[in-house]
Amino acid sequence: MDNKELQAKAYDLRMDAVNMIMEGKGGHIGGDMSAMDILVTLYFKEMNIEPEIQDDPDRDRFVMSKGHSVESLYAVLAAKGFFPTERVIHEFSKFGSPFIGHPNNKLPGIEMNSGSLGHGLPVCTGMALVGKMDGRSYRVYTLMGDGELAEGSVWEAVMAASHYRLDNLCAIVDRNRLQMSGNTEDVMHQDDLGARFGSFGWHVEEADGHDIGALSRAFENARHVKGCPTVVIANTVKGCGSAVMEDKYDWHHKLPTQEEYEQIMRDLASRKEAILSE
Amino acid sequence: MNKIPNRQAICEVLMERAKEDKKIVVLCSDARGSAALKPFADTYPEQFVEVGIAEQDLVSISAGLAKCGRKAFAAAPACFLSARSYEQAKIDVAYSDTNVKLIGVSGGISYGALGMSHHSAQDIAVMSAIPNMRVYLPSDRFQTARLTEALLEDTKPAYVRVGRGPVEDVYTEEDCPFEMDRATVLREGADVALIACGEMVKPTNDAAELLAREGIESTVLDMYCLKPLDEAAVLRAAQSARLVVTVEVHSPYGGLGAVVAQTVSRTNPKKVVNIALPDAPVITGTPQEVFDYYGMNAEGIAKTVRENL
Repeated sequence: MDNKELQAKAYDLRMDAVNMIMEGKGGHIGGDMSAMDILVTLYFKEMNIEPEIQDDPDRDRFVMSKGHSVESLYAVLAAKGFFPTERVIHEFSKFGSPFIGHPNNKLPGIEMNSGSLGHGLPVCTGMALVGKMDGRSYRVYTLMGDGELAEGSVWEAVMAASHYRLDNLCAIVDRNRLQMSGNTEDVMHQDDLGARFGSFGWHVEEADGHDIGALSRAFENARHVKGCPTVVIANTVKGCGSAVMEDKYDWHHKLPTQEEYEQIMRDLASRKEAILSE
Repeated sequence: MNKIPNRQAICEVLMERAKEDKKIVVLCSDARGSAALKPFADTYPEQFVEVGIAEQDLVSISAGLAKCGRKAFAAAPACFLSARSYEQAKIDVAYSDTNVKLIGVSGGISYGALGMSHHSAQDIAVMSAIPNMRVYLPSDRFQTARLTEALLEDTKPAYVRVGRGPVEDVYTEEDCPFEMDRATVLREGADVALIACGEMVKPTNDAAELLAREGIESTVLDMYCLKPLDEAAVLRAAQSARLVVTVEVHSPYGGLGAVVAQTVSRTNPKKVVNIALPDAPVITGTPQEVFDYYGMNAEGIAKTVRENL
């Protein structure tokens, strides 16, 4: 699939995520929408991961550190063939379901459980260390929210990954500038994010987090960086795909009404059509 | 008097096994000396990871290593390991089911006069409450070595607490019966069931000797496996006893005494008395001074038995 087809696919997968949330009567819709193009780029262009090689020691590793955006991950993993899309939409958050509201590694395709923030980067640091110890070529990716960066454990790992020169590690920040109680700059400011990572010895890439071509270039650049880890600051819009929820912090985990749902689905479909007709 | 602390016994086993087993990795958070793991770090630098003073990352990085096939031993003072990195133990180790062995060194009140910040009197309770986390408090250096060898053979999470200083031997190199997750019966007697863990096993066994001289016969269990608790052994020991006494270096809440009382009361109710630390910062002193003050020595344990029989 070329970038244009992937951009369109990301809108299909957003619809899958919204359907999960409606079926399960809850979820984290805003961050799902902002993260989707990043996940599509990783899973369909960047990472060496398929259901057939999920136990291969040379597979690339991904940890969804912002675990609350699990609906977007489920949609992508289903599209990759790890489990059926219809099943996850139907069973999400239902009684006894394996498709719970945060990543769970009893499911295929999920390496580590998450949900509490600030765990993904430290765990990935360990995974990347083994890659270096064993001389393997796999790469390790983790997706964090921007609000998540207030967790101290993130910065413990930023230190360690730099100390151990883990150039096989790539962190992505879904920089949608909103968190549960408002604008990130009001809650705990971090507008100098690139400088912060840079001062710890990281290579910093910045990209439009909704442009699969731009994200791909950032990941490609990261592959060529030697001797230090890379962070890709992906500038995104929370709720991306529908004016109903775009850039509104109260859509962090809002459940759409039936009317809002219908409008969101129409908007997502028309965004997709607009991309295909470009 | 033995001069080898249990933490050193762990290091010696890991050193021996790491010769052949390159999957073993030891991680420390600026405490390789405290953990008695400096010889390991010096001998196997490629199997040792220093994370700096960052206990949360110590545990998460260990989980990442384990997820990629390593046998990760994360060692840190028990006070920090069981509290500062509790959520990492819960999510990245137990919930994600990674092969990480959390080694809490200088546990209990080993740090004596350093105060409550450095004491871990809550670790049995909190670690036991995590699903898929096992909890072990070995008594002496020989049992610690057997336990470490057993832990190298499985792939499940576990938390181990050992003290800082050497403890008097309970066993010998030749005579250290050990079965994983089964209490060791040190003595059998019909009047009292004495159940202890960690560094309280030795004084408890000594208390049984004092009591025997007075005609009070005790069964003594070394319950190094706090979780899974050897319930069958507890029930056997309590069967004929008029009194059950538990002894542990832990808060009175959620430790050995609590789980033994739960077990006994469910099937064969008996009077259960728990000898433990108070629900307060402990008095300042060396570990032995503190134990003596709270009656956590052979004479104190014997006295508690006499008073409750």
